[in-house]
Amino acid sequence: MWRPISTRWTRPAPLAALALALSACEGPQSALSTGGPVAAAQAFLGHVMYAGAAAVLVLVMGLTAYAMLAPPGARAWLGRRQIIVWGGVTFPILTLSVLLVYGLWLTREAQWSEAGRIAPASASDGTLRIEVVGEQFWWRVRYLGEAGELVFETANEIRIPTGRPVALSLSSADVLHSFWVPSLGGKLDMIPGRITTLTFSADREGVYRGQCAEYCGAQHARMAFHTVAVAPERFSAWMAGQSSPAPEPRDAFLSRGLEVFLSSGCGTCHTIRGTAAAGTSGPDLTGLGGRTSLAAGTFPNNAGTIAGWIASSQHLKPGNLMPSFDALTGPDLRAVAAYLESLE
Amino acid sequence: MGVARQFGAFPVRGIAAVVLALALSGCDGEAPPQGAGTGDPGKGRAVIASVGCGVCHEIPGVPGAAGIVAPSLEGFGGRSLIGGVHVNEPAILVSFVSDASRLNPGTGMPAMPITERQALDVAAYLYTLD
Repeated sequence: MWRPISTRWTRPAPLAALALALSACEGPQSALSTGGPVAAAQAFLGHVMYAGAAAVLVLVMGLTAYAMLAPPGARAWLGRRQIIVWGGVTFPILTLSVLLVYGLWLTREAQWSEAGRIAPASASDGTLRIEVVGEQFWWRVRYLGEAGELVFETANEIRIPTGRPVALSLSSADVLHSFWVPSLGGKLDMIPGRITTLTFSADREGVYRGQCAEYCGAQHARMAFHTVAVAPERFSAWMAGQSSPAPEPRDAFLSRGLEVFLSSGCGTCHTIRGTAAAGTSGPDLTGLGGRTSLAAGTFPNNAGTIAGWIASSQHLKPGNLMPSFDALTGPDLRAVAAYLESLE
Repeated sequence: MGVARQFGAFPVRGIAAVVLALALSGCDGEAPPQGAGTGDPGKGRAVIASVGCGVCHEIPGVPGAAGIVAPSLEGFGGRSLIGGVHVNEPAILVSFVSDASRLNPGTGMPAMPITERQALDVAAYLYTLD
């Protein structure tokens, strides 16, 4: 037997669903909360499509209700051949074709003409050039000079100046990855053996989260990064700081940290510019302490999480290339973590 | 380096609010947390999550806190010793969570980037773990 459901219980459900849906529109990783012109154009296209799809849905539902409920004489016109040909074939083909052309026209800015315009070995038009290499499961970030030479390397964080176009050369060291910062524009696949170029810019300062968007292995979900947009003056200061080698440890405890780092063999995989550590298979740690996150957007970044990561990296992110260094004494572990945190 | 530094909590922000509301609705009728002065356990749990204590410790009530480097903090409120060495008293705990090496020179736990106020809150939360 059918009984009406009490509205007391059903009413909060749609409200909660709406609240959840709307809460996804804000925050550091949302295609609907845009930080630059490329993402804004894509968000506009999205809104056009949502509104158009909603209008079509309402129309179809209305006609369906009319076909079911109207008197037979009044609804007979719905069964005409013309209605089916125009409404069922011509209208979808026209609408989808217009959307396709409009979508291609919008995204040409983001990926084609901008990328084609940039001469490979020069940035004379003011475009900042950065190489990003996807690796299991982190991001190698290389800042290039005007002649295309490497200025310095960093990882898991891309710092950019506001108001200036940034051209990212994307590639992969192992498997397919995909580069995606929803608030700034994208996404674009990183394909082994190929270089793809993505261009965007940020209008306002902020930290925009990015995420690998192509399944790349066990730790794909923990392969994130942050794009940090800062004012041009702050960006220049940061570039100058990053271009120089790491400072000498400023006290005995930090010196011990550097010693432990070198004697434990960390330098086989990691580089700290200005020290004997010059490995290239893992992230460059020269500016580690200044980064927003640890382990590719996975943890907050401080001496505590650095120590925990060193001691149990395989527990925290199983299958990543770094072994757990679980044979360090407590004070040695603290010293290494403090030293790495001091590198900004 | 403050705990308020921006960290990517995006995917869970909306859900977290709902989950938090659900979780807090389960707090009715619980005894108020004892010890740790005037610390606020709710804020303490937020500090624990944003600093990342769970990278090393298993901490009930903190999502993702399943570390194996250091002891689980399950049942910490009823534990006799802090770090296996010191009497489990609020004042000692507040000092320990900020910089454990002051009390245990042999520890592997680094000084944490939290204020004294936040340390009080963290201690208050730890005392709610039965």
